Amino acid sequence: MDYVSNTNKERNLMLKEIGVEAVEEIFSSIPEKVRLDRELDVSGGMSELELKNHINELAEKNYSLDEYTSFLGAGAYDHYIPSIIDHLISRQEYYTAYTPYQAELSQGTLQAIYEYQSMIAELTGMDIANASLLDGGSAAAEAVLMAARVSRKNKVLLSSGLHPAYREVTKTYGSPKDLDFVEIGLEDSTTDLDELESQLDDEVAAIVVQYPNFYGSIEDLERIQEMKDKYKKALLIVVANPITLGTLTPPSEFGADIVAGEGQSLGNTVNYGGPYLGYLACKGDRKFMRQIPGRIAGATEDAEGNRGYVLTLQTREQHIRRAKATSNICTNEALNSTISTIYMATMGKQGLKEVADQSFKKAHYLADKINELDNFEVVNFDNFFHEFWLKSKKPINKLIAHLKQNKILGGINLSRFGEEKGLLLSVTEKRTKAEIDELVELMGEM
Amino acid sequence: MAERLIKDYSSPGRKGYSLPPLDVPDLELEEYVGNKYSRDELNFPEVSEVDVVRHYTALSELNYGVDSGIYPLGSCTMKYNPKRNEDIARLNKLSQIHPYQKEEDVQGSLEILYKLKDDLAEISGMDEMTLQPASGAHGEFTGLLIIKKYFEDKGIEKSKVIVPDSAHGTNPASAVMAGFDVVEIDSNEHGMIDIEKLKEAVDDDVAALMLTNPNTLGIFEKDISEIADIIHEAGGLLYYDGANLNAVMGYARPGDMDFDVLHLNLHKTFSTPHGGGGPGSGTVGVKEFLKPYLPRPVLSKKEDCYTWDYDSPKSIGKLHAFYGNYGVLIRAYSYIKTLGSEGLKKTTENAVLNANYMKNKLKEEFVLPFEENNLHEFVLSGVKQKEKGASTLNIAKRLLDYGQYAPTIYFPLVVKEAMMIEPTETENLDTLNKFIETLKTISKEIEENPEVVKNAPHNTSVRKLDEVKAAREPDLRW
Ligand SMILES: Cc1ncc(COP(=O)(O)O)c(C=O)c1O
Repeated sequence: MDYVSNTNKERNLMLKEIGVEAVEEIFSSIPEKVRLDRELDVSGGMSELELKNHINELAEKNYSLDEYTSFLGAGAYDHYIPSIIDHLISRQEYYTAYTPYQAELSQGTLQAIYEYQSMIAELTGMDIANASLLDGGSAAAEAVLMAARVSRKNKVLLSSGLHPAYREVTKTYGSPKDLDFVEIGLEDSTTDLDELESQLDDEVAAIVVQYPNFYGSIEDLERIQEMKDKYKKALLIVVANPITLGTLTPPSEFGADIVAGEGQSLGNTVNYGGPYLGYLACKGDRKFMRQIPGRIAGATEDAEGNRGYVLTLQTREQHIRRAKATSNICTNEALNSTISTIYMATMGKQGLKEVADQSFKKAHYLADKINELDNFEVVNFDNFFHEFWLKSKKPINKLIAHLKQNKILGGINLSRFGEEKGLLLSVTEKRTKAEIDELVELMGEM
Repeated sequence: MAERLIKDYSSPGRKGYSLPPLDVPDLELEEYVGNKYSRDELNFPEVSEVDVVRHYTALSELNYGVDSGIYPLGSCTMKYNPKRNEDIARLNKLSQIHPYQKEEDVQGSLEILYKLKDDLAEISGMDEMTLQPASGAHGEFTGLLIIKKYFEDKGIEKSKVIVPDSAHGTNPASAVMAGFDVVEIDSNEHGMIDIEKLKEAVDDDVAALMLTNPNTLGIFEKDISEIADIIHEAGGLLYYDGANLNAVMGYARPGDMDFDVLHLNLHKTFSTPHGGGGPGSGTVGVKEFLKPYLPRPVLSKKEDCYTWDYDSPKSIGKLHAFYGNYGVLIRAYSYIKTLGSEGLKKTTENAVLNANYMKNKLKEEFVLPFEENNLHEFVLSGVKQKEKGASTLNIAKRLLDYGQYAPTIYFPLVVKEAMMIEPTETENLDTLNKFIETLKTISKEIEENPEVVKNAPHNTSVRKLDEVKAAREPDLRW
């Protein structure tokens, strides 16, 4: 089927109006030499029933979190998502609208962005936030580029506790620029602070750390702030998982200049890695406001003095500044940020705290139990939030396979990142004591 | 008609969620991490579920979507977003999968992605695609990094990218992000690349020409083969901005026009919804010789098994933490399988027919700056109306009063008082006629009573908003 509703009669009427015999005549402006002289080799033409059968057949081959209990994290988290979210964002007025270029007919989207910016700013403790970036990786990267512009320096200290994929994306974004990336190793499970200190100098544009970091540990942001403060230009970028900020002290309290990262955990399904949303929040002085990438909504007044919202500070953006824009970003992740807005509103003051709190407690319950087993050791037992690093005397792949046979996705083999060995386990509020106990029991059988 | 902020619904102690009670032993965060890392306060709304539903429903009612009516934003391809694609993208078996599950766990999804990649390569005439870029601009950046890496690998230094003045703003912005200097060239009197100026601009320092074809005026660059030769002979590459694929699908392929790299906006031609500004997908296609530089990982098929291949030493690296906007890709696949080759061609044909019909009906009332044949979109100029006191911005706002969305007016910069109109194939004669009549009515209003147009909109939830105030006194959060 297709989505054309003109009938043949109507098409003929239109052709006559245009003054051509056949539609092919309009295409005559495409030179023969480059015209396609055959049909495309693309199968399809399916009815809805055929399409659904076709897709279901393929989908059957997946092992989904619907049937498997997941302890997977590493930047994509299986939190509880209230039913109302999908109902609300399935309203066509949200999901079929374009970027709010005509503000007067887009107040819904614009106000939702304003609310999103407000809650992200509150959660991170920062002054302002943008409307979203493409994902956590690109948000970290854009934060680094922004820091280089603000500081006019070019040395970037990347903690090895920053998600390996974010580090890679950041380096890709930075590669065309004259940036000097230095990776700071780990001591135990957190950034090696002696190494960090030894690398700090007047050329540093930014220190980038993750909070909690890739292995789930909480970095000593207080000491990092002290070190950074000795260098006037250096900025502190904290890549934070927003859900943990329900109970963790916001990065602003440790002198963060930019807080950025992945917003998926705020109400978005795991969806095999996307669409998610990058968030970016920062200090509110003009210096930062001029350099922040991406769209921003602001409140203003209409001709009658009533409150309304528009996209603002647009002289930073590509459609105005072209080659001089702060970033090339145009399309962002608006619907995902609307999801996160509704999530933050629904969970609210108590809910966000409870989600973080339960995730923390359940992860610790699991770690306590695992540490009692002979063959396993939690590397960062003394310092983790809701995700932890496990070393095993048994082959990790065997363990993962054993768990999978029992319908459990029991963590991520760290060898896939090529840096450390072991297993990364994540626990959210969705996991029950019974599920955790079963995991421990199966691990005990190894 | 204004809707208050969600925080204004707040009442201390009110809750809109419930979680099962904690079933594991309690542990105080503060005791474990110390009070330094334990948060004191989170000043979030305290609202009920009904509050949330009412509030975000009220906000949605202040919006206009494709389901509300015609959305003729040029260069944005605001076509109908099929509902069945939404259902498919939400299937638990497809959406409830984690990006770090093993490949053997997600063969169904990988097969969909692989087939989508093949279909997009066939439709665009390229040899290989990456699905990683999450937007058009992200795709441009990816494509330009590939070009950069290719020349570096060959040991050739090139610093410039040529961009026509009619190009979308992301083109020059992406070129700068990828480390190039931008050389802008003017269009000729037909709205096309000026071959002489192009020749002057081209030297062996040019890495690429970025071209939209048909260009953003809707006009096909008839000298495309000559343009390609000029660039290639000078040792540069040709980049295709595929935002306008809805004009040529099934009729011509960028690959056959000798483009080396392109990006396609799946959130345009392939009907995935814009979501009020995103998510999108800017898949990138390349010719064979550029394959080694594609972002990591590359989706490949070994025997009957689909895998992510990380072993590509010449790759530009990663641009997205995972594999791109998977949920968007699923919708695009669903769309392509619904249409098939016949439906895709019919789509193009009707998009072009609709645009040409509208142009014919409107070219007398407004100024048509370029007489050339156009395909799926066209650009009018409101200079005549401007003389009478109303700008295209005013016309755009007045259209909102009539319950219809406005054309693109912020570009292309080559036309004064531009109105870039793209009806898409999913509009029919009735909705086209209604829009045409409305534009004519507004033009008449400008003659008879320009104030009503200049002060538009009148019927929307807010009147014309003060953008200057918004920028001068930034109020970006509560
Ligand atoms: C011609 C053209 N190129 C590039 C883009 C950028 O696409 P995106 O908004 O997905 O980044 C657009 C979309 O606005 C466009 O119209």
